[in-house]
Amino acid sequence: MTDVATAPKVEEKLFQNRYLVDAGKPHIKVRAHEVPSAGLLSMTKLCPAGCYALTESGQVEVAADGCLECGTCRIMTKTTGEIEWNYPRGGFGVLYKFG
Amino acid sequence: MANVEDKFDAIVVGAGPSGNAAAYTMAREGLNVLQIERGEYAGSKNVQGAILYADALEKIIPEFRDEAPLERHVIEQRMWTMDDTSHTGMHYRSSDFNEAKPNRYTILRAQFDKWFSSKVKEAGALVLCETTVTELVKDLTGTVIGVRTDRQGNPIYADVVVLAEGVNGLVGQRSGLREEVAADSVALAVKEMHFLPRETIEARFNLKGNEGVVIEAMGTITKGMTGTGFLYTNEESISVGIGCIVSDFAQSQVSPSELLEAFKAHPSIAPLIEGAEVKEYAAHLIPEGGYKAIPQLTGEGWIVVGDAGQFVNAVHREGSNLAMTTGRLAAETVVRLHRLGEEMSARNLKDYETRLEASFVMKDLKKYKGIPALLHRNKGTFFGAYPRLISQAMQTWFRVDGVDKKSKEQAILRNFRQTRTLRGLIGDAWSVARAWR
Ligand SMILES: Cc1cc2nc3c(=O)[nH]c(=O)nc-3n(C[C@H](O)[C@H](O)[C@H](O)COP(=O)(O)OP(=O)(O)OC[C@H]3O[C@@H](n4cnc5c(N)ncnc54)[C@H](O)[C@@H]3O)c2cc1C
Ligand code: SF4
Repeated sequence: MTDVATAPKVEEKLFQNRYLVDAGKPHIKVRAHEVPSAGLLSMTKLCPAGCYALTESGQVEVAADGCLECGTCRIMTKTTGEIEWNYPRGGFGVLYKFG
Repeated sequence: MANVEDKFDAIVVGAGPSGNAAAYTMAREGLNVLQIERGEYAGSKNVQGAILYADALEKIIPEFRDEAPLERHVIEQRMWTMDDTSHTGMHYRSSDFNEAKPNRYTILRAQFDKWFSSKVKEAGALVLCETTVTELVKDLTGTVIGVRTDRQGNPIYADVVVLAEGVNGLVGQRSGLREEVAADSVALAVKEMHFLPRETIEARFNLKGNEGVVIEAMGTITKGMTGTGFLYTNEESISVGIGCIVSDFAQSQVSPSELLEAFKAHPSIAPLIEGAEVKEYAAHLIPEGGYKAIPQLTGEGWIVVGDAGQFVNAVHREGSNLAMTTGRLAAETVVRLHRLGEEMSARNLKDYETRLEASFVMKDLKKYKGIPALLHRNKGTFFGAYPRLISQAMQTWFRVDGVDKKSKEQAILRNFRQTRTLRGLIGDAWSVARAWR
């Protein structure tokens, strides 16, 4: 089993990747909410790039700079509509060298 | 968009294998084709294991072996059932696979798609990258007549729009052509690229030249979720990944990146990638709902190919070949109508569906239509209990410890029947057999 202490953190993994960030134009936004749905809340664990976090006051926020554009968060909130999800502007976002 | 003429015979949305197959086939037959891709170049957004099945590409570009960036041809397939400390393997290796025209290759999608896109351009299509299609343009009757993009300018018009936009098919969804994908019919996969000198890879896997090995694994590595792990040898790297159904991740609350770390640390996997330098971490969805999840495929002025149409055979890990085949068949339909001067109406485009029915694509998807639901219902058994039982049986059988073989046999049977009643065992075998038919 993995030794949690030595396993690389997601941020370190993302560090290997190439991105072209569209500064000031995040392609994913979480709509203002009081209490997140179970689906939105689960993104704090499920996002493969660790983009989602829980604030102290219990809301879910997103920082999409490291987003891998998989689409999981959109599917997890499709019935609640808590996330506004778009592709980054053409040419921006993650740039896979190998894929 | 000043430099783009305003009416094409066809617009293709996306430059993955399905879009490239469609654009290439139509352009080669003389149609005036515009292909739009949101990535910096074709492939820069795309992720695959990746095994390329030669047959589908050969039917489009017969001489591809001379030019395409291929990593290794596959001479050995390993199928592993894993528990936490072991794997039970079924390996098939044959020198027959060292044939003049090998059947399967490992590839790197970012590089492969870029090459395929260069062929599309050579065939005469106009390829516009760094451009995201934002919506379909319809006329008053609801017929699709073109697209709008995130670049400034007027809509771009065409007789037909081929939607090759992949699993996150926002254009089709937001235009009401199909529903959002359901969490229980799509898998999330994470993958890393591990670089090692080619001699090291060849020594570790007993390979010569460009021979390659692929490993598909299932078992407790997915922590009770429906999913599989994989490890593929490339020329100077190893692709390692794992994927599970999204609704299973939601239920288990397991982090995908931690799941991959645990898979990499498994005693059967760790020595294979030891000392490698990791150069990329990727994530992508795989549509795995099978036949029952296929959406409407044609309409007035539009046609759907590849992952956007859920064309993946999850049982056999085939997707890119279905993408290329559906792209080609859609293109052949459009070319024929164009030649006859017929409209790209829903009725005429249905010919694509007839072609699909006659091909391996629909035959295979139909054959396995019961599998996704079966795995979903029995994930605890198939991805937990059975892998453990198999490992325990192997260990009981191979460990020499003074216990006689008859008692060992009885212990193994008892173990199976304690975990799964006899009815359960027979029921499982029966439902697998039925879903497999
Ligand atoms: C981890 C993993 C392993 C896999 N392993 C295998 C394997 O070993 N063998 C195999 O055959 N298959 C495999 N598959 C499946 C295979 O990758 C897919 O079936 C295949 O890529 C589908 O091709 P496509 O062209 O339909 O979609 P994609 O390859 O996803 O291409 C869609 C393209 O459209 C572009 N696009 C999307 N929306 C827009 C827009 N609005 N505007 C402009 N451009 C847009 C995207 O950027 C992308 O380039 C695997 C998949 C994954 C995720
Ligand atoms: S698209 Fe995928 S990587 Fe990006 S924020 Fe959503 S879950 Fe995370």
